[in-house]
Amino acid sequence: MRFSYYPGCTLKTTATELERSALKAAKALGIELVEQKEWQCCGAVFPLVRDEIAAFLSSIRSLAAARDAGEKLVTICAACHHVIKRTNHLIKTDTEVREKVNGYLQLETSYLGEGSVIHYLEMLRDELGFDELAQKIKQPLTGRKIAAYYGCLLLRPAAIMAFDNAENPRIIEDFLFALGATAVYYPYRTECCGVYLSLNNTQIATDMVEKIVSSAFSYGAEALVDACPLCHYNLLELQKKTPQGKPLLPVYYFTELLEEALGLKEQTAVRKDRK
Amino acid sequence: MKVSTEQLRSYILKDIAVISGENVVECYQCGKCTAACPVSKAMDILPHQVVRFLQLGMLDEVMESNTIWICASCFTCAGRCPRDVDVANIMEALRVILLRKRGVSRLKTEDVRLVFSEGMPEQGVVSAFRKFAR
Repeated sequence: MRFSYYPGCTLKTTATELERSALKAAKALGIELVEQKEWQCCGAVFPLVRDEIAAFLSSIRSLAAARDAGEKLVTICAACHHVIKRTNHLIKTDTEVREKVNGYLQLETSYLGEGSVIHYLEMLRDELGFDELAQKIKQPLTGRKIAAYYGCLLLRPAAIMAFDNAENPRIIEDFLFALGATAVYYPYRTECCGVYLSLNNTQIATDMVEKIVSSAFSYGAEALVDACPLCHYNLLELQKKTPQGKPLLPVYYFTELLEEALGLKEQTAVRKDRK
Repeated sequence: MKVSTEQLRSYILKDIAVISGENVVECYQCGKCTAACPVSKAMDILPHQVVRFLQLGMLDEVMESNTIWICASCFTCAGRCPRDVDVANIMEALRVILLRKRGVSRLKTEDVRLVFSEGMPEQGVVSAFRKFAR
């Protein structure tokens, strides 16, 4: 099983743990992720206005390169996935954007949205299959009570992302079942973590994180698991700024648990400061 | 040629419609967007009120509000709107119209120095600049 792979900036800098564990686990599962040679930053946010054509170019370059390789494009970072997936949808459905982008890029073969981009979790669910994954688990996470945190970017807008039911998703819980863990359901699992507001409106973001974490905690979770470097940072760092002043729950990338369940590392320790 | 304030206002309202791709007239003020919004308590004008002000052509109220800078683009409002009005797109159009004016920027490089050193991911810093500065 072979895919083109788009890492994005954050996985090469602050979220190296996410990339390292994801690639290691993929290798153990017999999945080949071939990093694209000339990927560029996706821009981190999808332009919600209809007149910013330049912001679509890097996504289209990667989508077209994957198409030329005859492979699906796999992402790991939730933000990159959001941007590339929405850009692909836009170029498929909006003639004006399609013409302008192709007029600028002058690719050998115009790109019309025929490629496909999937998130690592979708790769596990739809390409490998969670049943198959469960067969390959060497150290099941039996008895571990873990709460999935979805955030916004993978789920919404539901019709375009087509990732899962946006109001009641189950892909991460199903993933946790495959790993042998117990998934903890709690009301705030699809609520926003405050994104970049943690940068210039820290109090607002801290309040949001406190709601999410205390909700998961009160439903019996022992840890949170997520798939986005910014959610990860907010959930970890802003927990320290809540009135309680110390983290209530450890936070893992989903790939760290995967790595552990595949027997590729020791039990994930409760993480201290990242510095 | 003189352009009256009234004319200018209607041009900007048209700009908002074109840039966002949303038609505010569709909204019937059920308030689901506001109920869904996880940051509405910090806003001076609530999301459904932003749409109402735009329906009435009351631009200043909206442009001077803190609401458009607090919206986190989480898309929950749009997902729950029964009239398919994407409030997140409208908020972005309002921000963009202000940011495209020379000298209007809500984020300075020095604001981010500290968080960067604390391990804020690139994704967060790039997102913030894309949303709050030009």
